[in-house]
Amino acid sequence: MKALISTIVKPLVDYPDEVEVTEKDESNKTVYHLTVHADDVGKVIGKNGRIAKSIRTIVYAASSDTKKRIYLDIM
Amino acid sequence: MKQVTASGQTTTDAVQTALEQLNTTEDQVSIEIIDEGKKGMFGIFGAKRAIVKVTIKEDPIEEATAYLKQIARQFSEDVSVTVKQSNKSVSFDLSGEKIAMIIGKRGQTLNALQHLVQVMLNRKANDHYRIVVDAEGYRKRRQDTLEQLANRLADKAIKIKKHVTLEPMPSYERKIIHSILSNNSKIETYSDGAEPHRHVVIKPVD
Repeated sequence: MKALISTIVKPLVDYPDEVEVTEKDESNKTVYHLTVHADDVGKVIGKNGRIAKSIRTIVYAASSDTKKRIYLDIM
Repeated sequence: MKQVTASGQTTTDAVQTALEQLNTTEDQVSIEIIDEGKKGMFGIFGAKRAIVKVTIKEDPIEEATAYLKQIARQFSEDVSVTVKQSNKSVSFDLSGEKIAMIIGKRGQTLNALQHLVQVMLNRKANDHYRIVVDAEGYRKRRQDTLEQLANRLADKAIKIKKHVTLEPMPSYERKIIHSILSNNSKIETYSDGAEPHRHVVIKPVD
């Protein structure tokens, strides 16, 4: 799942090397925390959060066969 | 970006070395000459090697295809992507197992995928491309469904003489509805609300 998130995000930013995804297990969900270079924040969020929404839609859809709920946290 | 800097006795030699290192051919790269080099006296004194920088040209559409494939692979192992390009519009057609997962409810996953590929492609390319990501004819099926829905709701609006509101849809789906109902003189259509809740309203004309 971490790989998927960085695959999606890397081509969208100016500093692909600074894309970082961390995974944290919580009781009923897995939280993925995405951080990017300060100048790239707008690029992963997009106008009215449209890009962030698209990223989440895909990540949630791809995780449908894992049992735990997942949550994607940006910044 | 893949690039190497190579040197040789002449620029041609240097380019050749670089091409071998990159394992490619001359028509797929752009070459920047850093130093022409000098032959020098008797080929010994004051000779300077030629230095060139060779960069592999990137095709934004190929990159977008690779991007789409990488994401689709997370859903199922065997997904294939067919690319069709005509002028400034590019269509990607996905097919394979578990395609329903990639389409999602009312195509929401497919639309998200299309949006990301659009953003990515227009970032890489200098031109603006219009793209469509389709999966096993989903867009065509959806259009047929929308046509039926539009005609049915138009009849309903005429019958009950009241406005009929449709559910929120992305802009190109609303466009389909508007264009189907544009030649029906008994009703008018307009869109209301702000994205992402913008929806079509069918209004009967008296």
